[in-house]
Amino acid sequence: MAGASAPASLAALPGIARAVPGPGDDAPVTARVALTVNGVRREIDLDLRTSLLDAMREHLHLTGSKKGCDHGQCGACTMIVNGRRINGCLTLAVMHQGAEITTIEGLGQPDALHPLQAAFVTHDGYQCGYCTPGQICSGVAVLEEIRAGIPSHATGDLTRPPELSEAEIRERMSGNLCRCGAYSNIVEAMTDYAEQASGSRA
Amino acid sequence: MKFDTPAGQNPIDRLRVVGCPTDRIDGKYKTTGTAAYAYERHDVADHQAYGYVLGATIPKGRVRAVDTAAAKAAAGVIAVVTTLDVPKLGLGTMNYASLFGGDRIQHYHQAVAVVVAETFEQARAASFLVRIDYAPEAGRFDLAAEAPHAPPAKADSGEGSGADGAERVGDFEGAFAQAPVQLDATYTTSDESHAMMEPHATIAAWDGDRLTLWTSNQMIAWAKGSIAKILGIPKQNVRVDSPYIGGGFGGKLFVRADAVLAALAAKAAGRPVKVALTRPLVANNTTHRPATIQRVRIGATRDGTITAIAHESVSGNVPGGVPETAVDQTKLLYAGANRLTALRLAELDLPEGNAMRAPGEAPGMLALEVAMDEMASMLGIDPVEFRIRNDTQVDPNQPDRPFSHRDLVGCLRLGAERFGWAARNPAPGQARDGQWLVGMGVAAGFRNNLVMKSAARVRLDAAGTVTVETDMTDIGTGSYTIIAQTAAEMMGVPLDRVVVRLGDSDHPAAAGSGGQWGANSATAGVYAACTKLREAVAQRLGINSADADFAGGEVRAGNLSVPLAQAAQAGELVAEDAMEYGDLAKRQQQSTFAGHFVEVGVDVDTAEVRVRRMLAVCAAGRILNPKSARSQVIGGMTMGVGAALMEKLSVDKKRGFFVNHDLAGYEVPVHADIPHQEVIFLDEVDPTSSPMKAKGVGELGLCGVGAAVANAITHATGIRVRDFPLTLDKLLAQMPDAA
Repeated sequence: MAGASAPASLAALPGIARAVPGPGDDAPVTARVALTVNGVRREIDLDLRTSLLDAMREHLHLTGSKKGCDHGQCGACTMIVNGRRINGCLTLAVMHQGAEITTIEGLGQPDALHPLQAAFVTHDGYQCGYCTPGQICSGVAVLEEIRAGIPSHATGDLTRPPELSEAEIRERMSGNLCRCGAYSNIVEAMTDYAEQASGSRA
Repeated sequence: MKFDTPAGQNPIDRLRVVGCPTDRIDGKYKTTGTAAYAYERHDVADHQAYGYVLGATIPKGRVRAVDTAAAKAAAGVIAVVTTLDVPKLGLGTMNYASLFGGDRIQHYHQAVAVVVAETFEQARAASFLVRIDYAPEAGRFDLAAEAPHAPPAKADSGEGSGADGAERVGDFEGAFAQAPVQLDATYTTSDESHAMMEPHATIAAWDGDRLTLWTSNQMIAWAKGSIAKILGIPKQNVRVDSPYIGGGFGGKLFVRADAVLAALAAKAAGRPVKVALTRPLVANNTTHRPATIQRVRIGATRDGTITAIAHESVSGNVPGGVPETAVDQTKLLYAGANRLTALRLAELDLPEGNAMRAPGEAPGMLALEVAMDEMASMLGIDPVEFRIRNDTQVDPNQPDRPFSHRDLVGCLRLGAERFGWAARNPAPGQARDGQWLVGMGVAAGFRNNLVMKSAARVRLDAAGTVTVETDMTDIGTGSYTIIAQTAAEMMGVPLDRVVVRLGDSDHPAAAGSGGQWGANSATAGVYAACTKLREAVAQRLGINSADADFAGGEVRAGNLSVPLAQAAQAGELVAEDAMEYGDLAKRQQQSTFAGHFVEVGVDVDTAEVRVRRMLAVCAAGRILNPKSARSQVIGGMTMGVGAALMEKLSVDKKRGFFVNHDLAGYEVPVHADIPHQEVIFLDEVDPTSSPMKAKGVGELGLCGVGAAVANAITHATGIRVRDFPLTLDKLLAQMPDAA
């Protein structure tokens, strides 16, 4: 199946190029990929094998998104793509032509923190810091998911909007591992931020 | 500065900055992704190439040949270095398995090659083209099979656990035989993986014969010495830099294959090379906490006085390795006139066992503190009271040697009060909350406090900024912040006037991060350097340093008040010193204590265990920053839940490796597993530890908490399982009738 469909799908992609063939004829196939990253349009030539995570980390030098496992088990690479959180390591950059991507760097900067970043600092919602960008990107998206009425395993009554409860937060954040064990503080940071956010909306 | 008499009154005691729950000064970098970890340092060297590591696919034997032709011909490949290209390399500090070089394979996923290419994708693709011809040999992979003939061992984990092969006080066998109430139980704990979130990673660059490693390492001075030894180059030609470390838990105490291979690959490629271990390599390529089989015997009178206590443990390791010192706490935690502790070590051909957070105590307390619960139950005495009844204020092995400060009783009493222990029905299996059987468990927490020589350099510039430079690391522990707090307190400036630079081997050598010695030792080193800087400031200002008060950004003496910055107008002032220790820690036993309280629910139908409440009451000297110290403790509590309920590297006893070597197969606690956690620090100081009067908390939070979880499960269900982790399959068959 792959053999039959691959050439067709490659041909459908714009800007595909094959570099000068090497001795093994394994020269990388590249594509020009246009992305809007943290509000800035970027065009980069990428090996088709390059994950979205490595496009950020190795090509755009946006190293805030972390590589903890490189196969979707830890959540450290969580970024927000077209409004949804995804694991940047589990998807190829070339699959995201035209996507709007928000990484941790796009949420806030050291001297202008996003309120959830500030809440992580206040509640000490991190230790080594390596899972932290993923936790925060996930956290921002989780609170949006609850607000949008998307249910989870922890949602008791599917006919009503999910509550912004600690159980909902813990369930939805469980794809973001923290080996330092900051979970208790992360939930407090998220709850604090969510209350601030709903307060300012009201 | 030498610390050999208990600390008197000093500037730290003002507690204007030290002791405050300050936000971390590195927090804004960590939360914005702008703190750069090892693999992310694009700016430190141009033209970095990518190295991809291959691990051996046999657990024992020889590499007969490696065919690299196809890999070398692949697109983008710059170099391939195989283990046959270099002779067997030396071992680093406190490591026992070869990291690279030569034809011998000592364990599965031992590094056998690194492929260097222009891009990560090319290096990875070419690595699949490397053909390795192995000559496998039979190995030993089953601890239970090797344990019966494992010889006695004498060992020191290097982190304070120093159990000898066997240590005796009085006549254990005689006293145990005569004891009216006897417990003789065997407990097993599993191999565990550090599973830190950042895999081991290094960028290496050579400048002539000088090597720089930007890496992720807990112990910079050890790393510098080890890499020099392994590569056979002079120590002074090596620089190691590790300002941010994505978790270590002991797994990054040592130089590992990423650093060695990055250095060799950079040499071969003639340009800087970056290497990260892939996640599936971490469990078998690096170190782990070894599994143990522990026998605990306790003899007591009917009123609950322990008369005999023995703890024996057997664990496995690579030839030349050391045992897991699981019996250490039993030498010190409870009274009892007749005592025996012993270790045995089986040779195994699994990956190297080595320090993981609270080596020794973490698995040892799982056994001892469950045994104490079992004994309390046999005696019909409340488990909190049973522990209190057997408290000791002296080292039971040397009764003329007191604890410097010991308030285990205070931890247990306050914990019981805050946790609502009085409402607990002593009979198991009685509390029910809907679908859940509910139980409460308690355990003591115990971990020794260690002090380590630690140095720092402190600068004062004309703007009044105080800059601290030390090779101390911050592995998530909060070192940046407590070091800044210490310097601010000593120099009398606000926290935002202090800059802290860590993790660079060009800075003075600090204690490093391990054995929960880092906080007290590293800040004591900063105290020493600041003491020297205060003298230099006073001298520059013509003030007698004994009269000078450093406060509010000023130096005050009598009616005189001078801005601190003025002392540096004629040029920056620099002071460097180390804190070194006399024999105080020998004369008095320095330890840290906790009372761990846990409530669990066990599903009546499925035996699924959920942790509902957790409380730790800790007595650990002065708490330098209650916010970051609390985080250390809850982190330990979380890891303790992992050890109790889920963490286990599963051994393939035929093929000889840890099968579940990634984060899906090796389960660690996730958000949904951990409830709100309470931590209380008793208000105390320990003047024997250092001028900081602080002790460690980084491992205390882990020691004992898993036993409290286990004891809560027994209280909930009446089922006692002695084989960790307590997965539901071990409970299910014995579950009480759900009706």
